Amino acid sequence: MTLKVVGQNVLRYDGLAHVTGETHFADDVIIPGTLTVKVLRSPVSKGKIMNLDIRAAMSVPGVASVITADDVPCNGYGHIPDQPVLVEEMVRYKGEPIVAVAAVDEDTAIEALEKIQLGIEEEEPVFDHIQAMMPDAPKVRPEGNIHMFGKYPFRQVKFGDIDAGFREADVIIENTYRHPSLEHAQLEPMVSQAVPEAGGKLTVYTVSQAPHFHLEELYGILKVKKNNVSGKHWITEKGSRTGQGLEFGDINFIGGTVGGGFGGKNDMHADHITALLALKSGQPCKWRWTREEDLLYSTYRGCWYITIKDGVKKDGRIVARKIKTIRESGAYASSNPHVVEHNIFNSTGPYFIPNVHSRGYCVYTNKPPASSMRGFGLTPSTFATEVQANKIASELSMDPWEFRFKNVYRNGDLTSTGSKLDSVALIEMMQTLAEKTGVTLPDRLKQMSSAKRGGNSI
Amino acid sequence: MHLLKLTVNGQNYEITVQLKTTLLEVLRDKLQITSPKAGCNQGDCGTCSVLVDSILVKSCLTNSLSVQGKKIITVEGLAKPGEVHPLQQAFHENYGAQCGFCTPGMILAAKALLDKNPNPTREDVKVGLSGNLCRCTGYTKIIDSVIAASEKMVTVTD
Amino acid sequence: MKNRGTGIAIGHYPTGQNGGGDPSQAMVKIQPDGSAVLTVGSCDLGQGCKTILAQMAAEVLGMEYEQVKVINHSVDNTPMSSGSYASRVTYVDGKATVEAAENAREILFQVAGEILEASPSDLIIENGKVFVKGDRKRFKTISKIVEVATYEKHKQVVGLGHFMKDFSKPDPETGECDPFCTLSWGVSFAEVEVDTDTGEVEVLRFVSYYDAGKAINPMLVEGQIQGGSVMGLGAALMEDLHPYYPNIEHQPDNLSDYSIPTTMDIPDFEALIYECPSTEGPYGAKGIGELSANYPSPAIINAIHDAIGVWLTELPASPEKVLRALESQ
Ligand code: FES
Ligand code: FES
Repeated sequence: MTLKVVGQNVLRYDGLAHVTGETHFADDVIIPGTLTVKVLRSPVSKGKIMNLDIRAAMSVPGVASVITADDVPCNGYGHIPDQPVLVEEMVRYKGEPIVAVAAVDEDTAIEALEKIQLGIEEEEPVFDHIQAMMPDAPKVRPEGNIHMFGKYPFRQVKFGDIDAGFREADVIIENTYRHPSLEHAQLEPMVSQAVPEAGGKLTVYTVSQAPHFHLEELYGILKVKKNNVSGKHWITEKGSRTGQGLEFGDINFIGGTVGGGFGGKNDMHADHITALLALKSGQPCKWRWTREEDLLYSTYRGCWYITIKDGVKKDGRIVARKIKTIRESGAYASSNPHVVEHNIFNSTGPYFIPNVHSRGYCVYTNKPPASSMRGFGLTPSTFATEVQANKIASELSMDPWEFRFKNVYRNGDLTSTGSKLDSVALIEMMQTLAEKTGVTLPDRLKQMSSAKRGGNSI
Repeated sequence: MHLLKLTVNGQNYEITVQLKTTLLEVLRDKLQITSPKAGCNQGDCGTCSVLVDSILVKSCLTNSLSVQGKKIITVEGLAKPGEVHPLQQAFHENYGAQCGFCTPGMILAAKALLDKNPNPTREDVKVGLSGNLCRCTGYTKIIDSVIAASEKMVTVTD
Repeated sequence: MKNRGTGIAIGHYPTGQNGGGDPSQAMVKIQPDGSAVLTVGSCDLGQGCKTILAQMAAEVLGMEYEQVKVINHSVDNTPMSSGSYASRVTYVDGKATVEAAENAREILFQVAGEILEASPSDLIIENGKVFVKGDRKRFKTISKIVEVATYEKHKQVVGLGHFMKDFSKPDPETGECDPFCTLSWGVSFAEVEVDTDTGEVEVLRFVSYYDAGKAINPMLVEGQIQGGSVMGLGAALMEDLHPYYPNIEHQPDNLSDYSIPTTMDIPDFEALIYECPSTEGPYGAKGIGELSANYPSPAIINAIHDAIGVWLTELPASPEKVLRALESQ
């Protein structure tokens, strides 16, 4: 059947609104009487709050509401959930929110923040995730710095027989790669506006990439829905009455038009705090992160170390691969365990390798929580496996194209997690790329295809 | 408080501002003209770009009192009411906007460029837009849009 | 001295949340005027999901693209979506949208079948009308069918759709699991010029060739490829959030210090689309949003090696790193 609309370059649905300035992003919703939110963030990377006195802040004229951990009904959120909305007692990263203020304007909010008495007994932080894995490293969290995947401190993949694979190899090539931390730098900073509506309801204007999930997380914080914080003893349910009486459906999130995300808005950054302040003050509250806050304290792609050890035959075939990858998670889990799994499940790169053993670690440090970013676990592994591919080729004095043609996935191949592949096209795509870029491939490569490998799988 | 008189998109306003109020705050918070965006408030991104007496400025760094009596244009006022400016049309037709957050500023930067140089090369466009960041498009389609608009605008005025 | 070199990088990218378990749902309602409203819970971050989901619904319903309105702004009023991440929306929301539109079409066919005295399976939908196959004269307009459905047949012309790849729990010992909907493929080519005196790397040419399965809207796919490529170029050459890692001192706190590519940093990016249809995706589509950001770094690092013979194993390839690598050669 011929397609009429699918496959056509119809113009962008929201394009005209974008070019005329009619598109409204979360920050463009202007509601009279909205209070400005500012947050007191921890000045230190690790420590224990010894005293916190907000009375002077509350009595600044123009301050409508000041909230601390005591105002949060169930003070934990996130994928696990293990992250406090506002610090209870232990600070785990510089910039962690401790107190939030809603006031008539920014100056008043800042004045109120300056009046807060905060005493923190500083403790030694750990920033390097490799160092954080050492047994005597300072503890980011009471249960230790290495995230547990069930009973193991790693997620692993074992495929084939790794020892036999290395015995079969002619050359062993081992390298370590480092991928630094990166910021999404989406141009729309974090912003949230919570507006009380009739009958105790609440509307939240959000920049979320996943508003359905984030609304559920907020219901968990407000104890409208069960929040699965068992086992996270640093998260308390102090019995705050904020939002008491709310039911499922009483809060709505408005969004869906986001000024760039790239994974940076998969975690709730501001909606919980504006919601709590709006519920407490009964007035609309808006929190706009500054660009500085966005760069310093929003989620980011954590730093990675990836060590690849490959056993290779002289003809270029990889017959064994051992991988150890270590991902910096920052102070909380967020999506980091998933990022590590994504990395480990795909650690062969686009290559069929018959014997694989890979292990991925997710390590806590005293930094803001890292999380998802475009490319997720595969960005660092693509960097590592593709530079490794060229290093192997160069070691074997082989053409890097030829090396790839020999090893890439073909239809019917198994991934190291046991999935059987179809719709594979790498060989055909490389053939076209060579043509487009003026690279002459030898005939034997030009004649290859992604069709199933014959008989024996290599 | 100080009195500020200015014209935005052809309409005259008289408002009171503080000494430190920026032009971006005047536009967004006081006049509710929201196409200029506060992408950084540090002068780095260009999402707040507007035209002041036809000159491209970053409104987050512009003290509002410095535009006393001047004419401001934002994308809301680029075309006559009910019409779409050729630059806007070209950004739409060439997929020059993805999330749209940088788009108003980009279009005004392009307008300032085409005012000076109606027939720019791709290189000229790159220089003209170099103060405006876009994290979504990779710029190629933005440059395509500006070139397409310049071609149309030249034929229109011919 | 300025040396030139070329490099390639290839790879794959899974469509959908790692491990599955990420539902999206859709709702299609046919309006009295014969147009449609598609309601979905995913966000448009600029990738263009409103556009391509409207295209899919229009395709199923035999309508023009312009006749499909998309609503996605309110959680209360939209069906569940896990969100816009994991290169999942085209595939997962796409499948939900196609199913919802097919279900709405099914109701149109039932009602039209009664009016036209034909079996629903003998009907086709085209240009806003439902026809009896092979007889261009026997038809009813969609708006007429909606009217009859509403005022005579007590029927609502609404279709629902749902798609989720079941959650696949990895085996703790072997990692065995079924973690993705499908895989898309990417190959890239970089040509660079390295200044051995200053350590500066200039990318002269970058060609990206990515598999979208089926490009629902080729220009939007190109946009994803170009945007991702430039993001990857930033990662390759300039971006580092913790330049004094592991320390957090002097962490960039503005977009000059954390510099992302500007118009001045980019070569012309050539974006090419390959279409190797997925077996289960809507119209064969695969996710395209993320993979494009992954190849510039390795392709550029490999090109730098080709140019000056040094391997960089840490990103970004800043002038300092290039010079240090040259020194220790
Ligand atoms: S907001 Fe003015 S330059 Fe960024
Ligand atoms: S289109 Fe999103 S920042 Fe330019």
